[in-house]
Amino acid sequence: MTEAHHHEEHQGELPFWRKYIFSTDHKVIGIQYGLTSLVFLFFGFSLMMLMRWQLAYPGKPLPIGFLVKWLGDSRMPGGIMAPEFYNQLGAMHGTIMVFLGVVPLAVGAFGNYIVPLQVGAQDMAFPKLNMSSYWVYFIGGVVMLCSFFVSGGSAQSGWTSYPPLSDVTPQSHSLFTGQSMWLTGMVFLITSSLLGSVNTITTIIQLRAKGLTWMRLPFFVWAQLVTGFLLLLAFPPLEAAGVMQLMDRMAGTSFFLPSGLVVGGKALNVSGGGSALLWQHLFWFLAHPEVYVLILPAMGIVAEVIANNTRKPLWGYKSLVYSVIFLGFMSFIVWAHHMFLTGMGTAINAFFQTTTMIISIPSIIILTALILSLWGGSIRFNVPMLFALAFLPMFGIGGLTGLPLGLASADIHLHDTYYVIGHFHYVVAPGTLFALFAGVYYWFPKASGRQMNETLGKWHFWGSLIFMNGIFLPMLIQGLAGVSRRLYDGGVSYLHAEHVLYLNKVMSHSAWALAVVQLIFIVNFFWSLFAGRKVTSDNPWQATTLEWATPTPPPHGNFLMIPEVYCGPYEYSVPGEDKDFHPQNEPYKKPGDQSNQEKK
Amino acid sequence: MSAAIKIPYNSTERPDTGLYNAKLGVWLFLASEVMLFGALFSTYVLLRTGADTWEHGAEFLNVPLAFTNTMVLIFSSVTMVMSWASLKMKNFGKYKLYMGLTFLCGVAFLVIKSFEYAAKFEHHLLPSTSTFMALYFTMTGLHGLHVIGGMIVNGYLWGPGSKMWQTDPERFTNRVEVAGLYWHFVDLVWIFLFPTLYLLPGK
Repeated sequence: MTEAHHHEEHQGELPFWRKYIFSTDHKVIGIQYGLTSLVFLFFGFSLMMLMRWQLAYPGKPLPIGFLVKWLGDSRMPGGIMAPEFYNQLGAMHGTIMVFLGVVPLAVGAFGNYIVPLQVGAQDMAFPKLNMSSYWVYFIGGVVMLCSFFVSGGSAQSGWTSYPPLSDVTPQSHSLFTGQSMWLTGMVFLITSSLLGSVNTITTIIQLRAKGLTWMRLPFFVWAQLVTGFLLLLAFPPLEAAGVMQLMDRMAGTSFFLPSGLVVGGKALNVSGGGSALLWQHLFWFLAHPEVYVLILPAMGIVAEVIANNTRKPLWGYKSLVYSVIFLGFMSFIVWAHHMFLTGMGTAINAFFQTTTMIISIPSIIILTALILSLWGGSIRFNVPMLFALAFLPMFGIGGLTGLPLGLASADIHLHDTYYVIGHFHYVVAPGTLFALFAGVYYWFPKASGRQMNETLGKWHFWGSLIFMNGIFLPMLIQGLAGVSRRLYDGGVSYLHAEHVLYLNKVMSHSAWALAVVQLIFIVNFFWSLFAGRKVTSDNPWQATTLEWATPTPPPHGNFLMIPEVYCGPYEYSVPGEDKDFHPQNEPYKKPGDQSNQEKK
Repeated sequence: MSAAIKIPYNSTERPDTGLYNAKLGVWLFLASEVMLFGALFSTYVLLRTGADTWEHGAEFLNVPLAFTNTMVLIFSSVTMVMSWASLKMKNFGKYKLYMGLTFLCGVAFLVIKSFEYAAKFEHHLLPSTSTFMALYFTMTGLHGLHVIGGMIVNGYLWGPGSKMWQTDPERFTNRVEVAGLYWHFVDLVWIFLFPTLYLLPGK
């Protein structure tokens, strides 16, 4: 107690800017990551809402006067979206959602806040490095945002930035073009995630509390550990590729420009000899593991919430752990399934098709184990649990719709259609985002000392579930009908799209309704922060893992006493116990009980 | 600032892993660096195999200067180890000497490299000249940035950072070891760059 008192006193001495802005406390940094990434998520979503107007009502002026005025004539001439602006919105929506929204929220916010608590550490292994990783991320975000305001607007070659298009759009050697700033921003973001992953991995390996052996780690920590390795090893090739594309754009090299390229009717004056495919390989070498960076922390959160709210241990904890490790390993050798149509050759296609089918096995094991964990549980249907439960079928749809894309022959029909968009949005939006929402509702009481409002939370949940399906299910249908994903007019000029065009309106109205539902979340978040019901205990969900053994909210240094761990992470409903959960830091009364438990 | 919080194992080894935190951290960082340079070497392989002709670096790059630079870096790796060994033997004066030499080797490398660059520019051999030159400038340029980064760390540990020797000698020795691991890596990258760019015959 005295020590904790000392902490608080000590923290009180810090000036405001050291405590909340340039803080080295992992929890403050986690919250900084969380708030920043939530803002970026909403911003990236807003870009999409603009695009959806053009898709549902192509060529009609946007009926929101002040917005048209603010965006200006270059972007919205006469209120009608310019094609270049549409491309900018598309490229930046993807970039912002993935690199500035979901990953920083899943890894930067939850990883930072929860991992040190769950392993029983006082902070991350390298607190100053942790602070710098947030600020490098922040700079990367600012560079991305600034790119909207340079002449010619932001990057417009898709979030994948495929050359030769991205090399020559716009043709300028200046750093202050949308694409060059995109590349610069990416270099910052990659550096940030590198610093973060070194920190997370070291923390998990080195700072585990006494008694917290590998097989006693909460599944969330395992997921973050594997994610850390993916970020560590998959991102650098894209950094190299980004540097090379920057060289192409600014120093006139030809890494990604083949010989004899003609742009706008004129032969391009470059040395040539480069390879556009090279970029695709380097990009997808990152971007496929990136998919697992998006999904693994989400699976970790869902596992925590499900174990807690079924009041029973996770089914198949060890198979979950081995699956997540195998998944992480396999994710490095499936990348070229994004490139079946580039003419790599059937042998290479066959290899990547096989590895892709293999990687679906551990994903299915994880999902199955999570579903079986529900069996026989006395389920509490609170808001985090609702989101976690909805994650299962939503991620299931996302995963299963991916299989046809992983088969080289089926991919010929589906490649670059709305089916692809529908597939990965099912994985990331009602999949990962639902899990992240579950995490926000679940850990909010620990971070703030107050519960989020349940009723508003349920409105938020049901609205999000309905409208997300309203957006993404029609995409699968349109894609099967052959509608291409990058059409500025939503497919109006294509005869084969005619009978599925009405879906564009369904999707757009769902998207705008989804935004309204998210306003409920924002209101709930801030209202609960200041006026929510105060928690009466440090462990309001009656959970077992170490983060609940801290005061609420945890002070700088986290624990009153350095915890020691005596059992596995999910000791719920242990027979013979007087309560239905057994925290990891509580020793069993009789030594015989513990050995029984271990055998299970 | 965080006197109350003591992160364990920042200077002593954790018994079950046998590592102190920064040592694990730097190995992870180096793994990531391997992937960074690995991507560039893969690019070299892919573009070279895809090309009809390929230059022989020795015909227009300065092999004697690059060889000298190789020797300078290898020598600096030796002095780096000596500086760490001196600390282990509690000889701070020797440490200053060897760390200073390591830093000066970095300076020598960059000076020689800049002569090479200047000569290339004079002969109008620019990154935009050919795929080979693009690779040459990108790979040696990125390596040069790593050398500069290492020199900043080494310079700090030689100068203001060395005050830690008085307060926490064990942790300071570890810092020098970690900086050394990075410096050896930078050296190693050059050992690969030199034959790849300067010596490999063309086609």
